[in-house]
Amino acid sequence: MQQIHLGAIDYAILGVYFAFVLGIGWALRRFVKSSDDFFLSGRSIPAWIAGLAFISANLGAQEVIGMGASGAKYGMMTSHFYWLGAIPAMVFVGIFMMPFYYGSRARSVPEYLKLRFDEKTRGFNAITFAVMTVFSSGISMYALAKLLELILGWSFHTSVILSAAIVLAYIFLGGLTSAIYNEVLQFFLIVMGFLPLVLLGLKDVGGWDGLTAKLGAVATNAGYAPGAWSSSWRHLDSASANPMGVEWFGLVMGLGFVLSFGYWCTDFLVVQRAMAADSMTAARRTPLLAAIPKMLFPALVILPGMIAIAMHGTGGGLLPVESDGTPNYNLAVPVMLAHYLPSGLLGLGLTALMASFMSGMAGNVTAFNAVWTYDIYQSHIRPGQSDQHYLRMGQVATVFGILLSVVAAYAATRFNNILDMLQLVFAFVNAPLFATFLLGMFWRRTTGHGAFYGLLIGTAAAAMHHGLVLPHGATPGLKGAFFGTVLHTYPSEMAQNFWTAIFAWSACFVATIAISLATKRNKSDDELKGLVYALTPRLTDHEIVWYKRPATLAVLVLGLTIVLNVIFW
Amino acid sequence: MKLDLRLPIGLMFSIFGVMLTLYGFAADPAIYARSLGININLWWGLVLLVFGLVMLGFAIRAQRRSKVSASHSTSTP
Repeated sequence: MQQIHLGAIDYAILGVYFAFVLGIGWALRRFVKSSDDFFLSGRSIPAWIAGLAFISANLGAQEVIGMGASGAKYGMMTSHFYWLGAIPAMVFVGIFMMPFYYGSRARSVPEYLKLRFDEKTRGFNAITFAVMTVFSSGISMYALAKLLELILGWSFHTSVILSAAIVLAYIFLGGLTSAIYNEVLQFFLIVMGFLPLVLLGLKDVGGWDGLTAKLGAVATNAGYAPGAWSSSWRHLDSASANPMGVEWFGLVMGLGFVLSFGYWCTDFLVVQRAMAADSMTAARRTPLLAAIPKMLFPALVILPGMIAIAMHGTGGGLLPVESDGTPNYNLAVPVMLAHYLPSGLLGLGLTALMASFMSGMAGNVTAFNAVWTYDIYQSHIRPGQSDQHYLRMGQVATVFGILLSVVAAYAATRFNNILDMLQLVFAFVNAPLFATFLLGMFWRRTTGHGAFYGLLIGTAAAAMHHGLVLPHGATPGLKGAFFGTVLHTYPSEMAQNFWTAIFAWSACFVATIAISLATKRNKSDDELKGLVYALTPRLTDHEIVWYKRPATLAVLVLGLTIVLNVIFW
Repeated sequence: MKLDLRLPIGLMFSIFGVMLTLYGFAADPAIYARSLGININLWWGLVLLVFGLVMLGFAIRAQRRSKVSASHSTSTP
């Protein structure tokens, strides 16, 4: 594709942004005195900041580039990642799970597993999570560097080193607080940077009606009903009727239930933001407040991709085309930036893109250093050291976490759609984990052995399923069927991933119950107080004004989500 | 709060707003062929400036309030 030439004004905007990001880290460095300050912000973050950080930490490569790519590839159905998946899951974590996370005073998700089950369950989760976060942060960095190389002609190595160095500097200085504050700054920047793009794009295609008409042509050219790209639910009765290649059951169970709940409820990357909140009420409101902007994000991240494919399909090749004739979906958003934004606003748009990558990476790195220090180093390698020792370890972990991400960045080069790859990793690790949490939090009979072996069986089931099936048109290997035989062929990678998640979750759920019933309980009712639903006193919110209560917020959020689903049905 | 986050947010967006608005006045209008003929730098610069100033306003008001209540509590024995 044609490279963009940046003007002085664009570089100036980027420079101002870097100065602010580093400045925030510098200004916060004097507040980092203990390991609690570094890893948990001393539990002092107000709900609105924690809430914006909660979604911003997730707003990495996966969201901006991945959702744009999916918007182009699958159309409006991509909104299910929000209106079917993320929002209900965020409400669930706020209302039902946060009381245990925050109330148990656990410092990380693996630490909750230690309190609820045992050391081996914690260890397993800590290690898989650490690997996964490094991977995600590496993918973020890879995507950013690749993009900048492609659209600006910057060298891959310079981009990797520059972004890694800046993120390293501000986390090293200010710990989690610095990461969270910057995530909020980045949140506003992303909104303000992408909004003009969406507005210009919409105006150009003739508003929503114009877009629907153009997408109708895209859909019929691909052999689907005209509404396949512009409606979210209407073409879900069979997998062959929509570009995502899934039917409603696989979508609702796989994405809506297992993957989304698995991610938003058990992934320490996001849960850490709520754990840093300044009170129990703030912690519970964090995901609920986050859900409000989150439900509007499809307009910001999916719509540009849909506009791009509409322009591509009817305006004669907006997107660069791969050798096999399919458009390069991952470039949907960057191409749109280059297409609509003049010098000046282009700088702002690119800065927003950079901000999204950095917030994603910083989120991963702060989650990684906490899990490494608390759940691996403190509990297995060097227990019983002074707090200052662990604080220093956290800073060291930040450095090698980033170094490992750089290694991962160079290793991540295989998938056409980054999102599919992330979903694959999440399906292996997060999907069974959600079954463990559900049982652990709501069934006191769940035992440590049950949880641990259930998780192993769930993860193995994910690998088994993935190893025996293949998405349509793929060759055996990383994309599936690595056992040599193909038992089933799915219409798309997305469908394959959803079903991998469903199998993993079900296997873990059943195995955990069976093994728990066969083994002795390792924690008494007394030890489980504050960790299990039936043994924890209900929180009453009578002292809070009704409209500030988490339950009120939850009803509001769910109501609005239903409305959005109906509007774009 | 350790540092009122609205302060850096307000400051940064105000700076962006001023930069883009000025650039909108100065730049060659030919570059707006891309943005459907709209001087988007000027308009969006103003939007950012307003957003930044509102954030700054909140931050300054909060600071003044906490100062007032602090001097109040020290003067009363």
